[in-house]
Amino acid sequence: MDFDRIREKLNILADAAKYDVSCASSGSDRTNKNQGLGNTSRMGICHSYTSDGRCISLLKILLTNHCIFDCAYCVTRKSNDVKRAAFKIQEVVDLTINFYRRNYIEGLFLSSGIFKSPDYTMERLVAVAKKLREEENFNGYIHLKSIPGASDELMYEAGLYADRLSVNIEVPTISGLKLLAPDKKHEDFTKPMLKVKNEIVRYKSERKIIRSTPKYAPAGQSTQMIVGASGETDKDIMYSATYYYRTYQMRRVYYSGYVPVADDARLPAIGSQVPMLRENRLYQTDWLLRFYGFAVNEILNNDHPNLDMDVDPKLSWALRNLHHFPVDVNSAEKQLLARIPGIGMQSVEKIIKARKFRRLNWDHLKKIGVALNRAKYFMVCDSRHWERRDLDAEKIKGMILQTSSGKFRNQYSTQLSLFN
Amino acid sequence: MNPSTTLIYDGSFNGFLTAVFVAFDEKLNVADIQKNSECQNGLFSETETIFTHVEKAKRVWNGIRNKSHNAIANVYFAFLSETEGVELMLYTYIQKLMGTKSGKQLDYSDGIVLHISQLARKVGREKHRMEAFVRFQLTKDEIYFANIEPDFDVLPLISKHFRDRYADQQWLIYDVKRKYGIFYNLDHVEMVSLNLSDIHYNKTVKSDAFKTEEYDYQTLWNDYFKSTSIKSRINPKLHTQHVPKRYWKYLSEKKEAV
Repeated sequence: MDFDRIREKLNILADAAKYDVSCASSGSDRTNKNQGLGNTSRMGICHSYTSDGRCISLLKILLTNHCIFDCAYCVTRKSNDVKRAAFKIQEVVDLTINFYRRNYIEGLFLSSGIFKSPDYTMERLVAVAKKLREEENFNGYIHLKSIPGASDELMYEAGLYADRLSVNIEVPTISGLKLLAPDKKHEDFTKPMLKVKNEIVRYKSERKIIRSTPKYAPAGQSTQMIVGASGETDKDIMYSATYYYRTYQMRRVYYSGYVPVADDARLPAIGSQVPMLRENRLYQTDWLLRFYGFAVNEILNNDHPNLDMDVDPKLSWALRNLHHFPVDVNSAEKQLLARIPGIGMQSVEKIIKARKFRRLNWDHLKKIGVALNRAKYFMVCDSRHWERRDLDAEKIKGMILQTSSGKFRNQYSTQLSLFN
Repeated sequence: MNPSTTLIYDGSFNGFLTAVFVAFDEKLNVADIQKNSECQNGLFSETETIFTHVEKAKRVWNGIRNKSHNAIANVYFAFLSETEGVELMLYTYIQKLMGTKSGKQLDYSDGIVLHISQLARKVGREKHRMEAFVRFQLTKDEIYFANIEPDFDVLPLISKHFRDRYADQQWLIYDVKRKYGIFYNLDHVEMVSLNLSDIHYNKTVKSDAFKTEEYDYQTLWNDYFKSTSIKSRINPKLHTQHVPKRYWKYLSEKKEAV
């Protein structure tokens, strides 16, 4: 092995792959076959964390950063003057196996710039996965990128070896796509998604009849959207996320605050701040939609196209809908409990279990872990003390903000600071 | 009233379960259950030494498991926390559990029940961390070797995970604090104790116990670790929250930080 050469390639190609947010290794339950190497853990394992606090569970690299496309938001676009490199198939296999044997990683996340044609690139990606599975008897996690525009046959084969497939939609609106990635068509993204979704459905139904049906992409599909690159509203982002969850049965949609990588009039300038707070609010909304039973048009609609920055989306919904409150925690049903700001799904479960033994008061709720500074305005419990004043939304918001602190507070606060 | 008794066992989990069996069987009024390495006589209690008996231990194990699978995991995990006085708490916990009808519905407002489940939760977290933070180094005799120093005695808990995952390589995980390790010889896992001359944590000096390519891969991993972080989003507080500093000396990617 030519160590220095590999080292240089790894530096270039890992650096280019880091803007992919997804590093999940969960959701698959592949077992170790015939005394081979590896298995996957259902809940996933993060083996380390980067200095920006993101999980490292997979070896996330590009096969190459040569690309025929010129998408404005992308660091490896054709017109960008960066060092280019490409891995050989065997090199990727060796790196993965050796990292895996040392317990550094859960598996491989392989993406690529598009060289020659989408099919040519996809074929290489599939070849790496195939070699790992069939020659090395590797049963760890493999996440392959579906290359936009790849043919159905290749997508079918990819799902046989990979645990998860993903296409990054990157720009949530079609008009934005036209502006920032003029070479790509919207259909190029959705075609592989549709194929993979249909195959997953087919394999699932066959599995009910024949137990030994092989696995097909057991951890499903995911996608990613860039936030803050093309001037889209939060409503645009969440409506298209909902569309992908529903139409293509995505396991996850990731939101990635745009990190400026290029000087381009169409994009935020280099050095402008990454919209991390906005990203955070979008993830909170995503959770409300998936686990709390909210509908997307309750949180975002034409009257409220953007999320509030100073309070979380659930609190902001509650302030707009004060007629639902206060809720009695000792009798309300689950869906209603989940809508009280400051009560998460874990607390909801605990409340439902605990109230079988006794009626709950403020002390119980505090021990359970409810954020009472927010929740107390929206609920009553087994206590004589509760919020009796007829407060309007602005007043409640002001009181909550006064008694709490947030790490992003200085970014949107109108309060002038003395020392800066 | 029965005179109270202090039970002395050998420190093993089976020993503890035997003690529980004896206490139930002879209807003892238990004052304390202690390890023989650190026992203290009480002023007003008799002492009884328990000899580990696998059959008896098994009956207790099955008895608890039949009540609730969750409870047996809680008992085992909490026992491995090695907290002072955990044995007596576990004994009370088992008494309470056996008193319930189904064992499914435990009242978490009870202090001991809550404490045991919190202890078990802590040990579970440490187990998960060890599954993530073990870093194998390839020795010259083809054994993947790792040192660890976990807060709790989690080696018995992680052995299955590593056996299932690395079925085609010999590996050895050694607990530096408790001075024993588990070794997989391509067929089964066995307990070993070593005479380690030095502990292999991150050092700039290369040890000749390991293959040269081992250090190449460590360099590659280090490089990967560095090039995968995004500078404009740096967040050291979150980083140390996820990777606490006490683990750094065994993580090869934190070599430079240590």
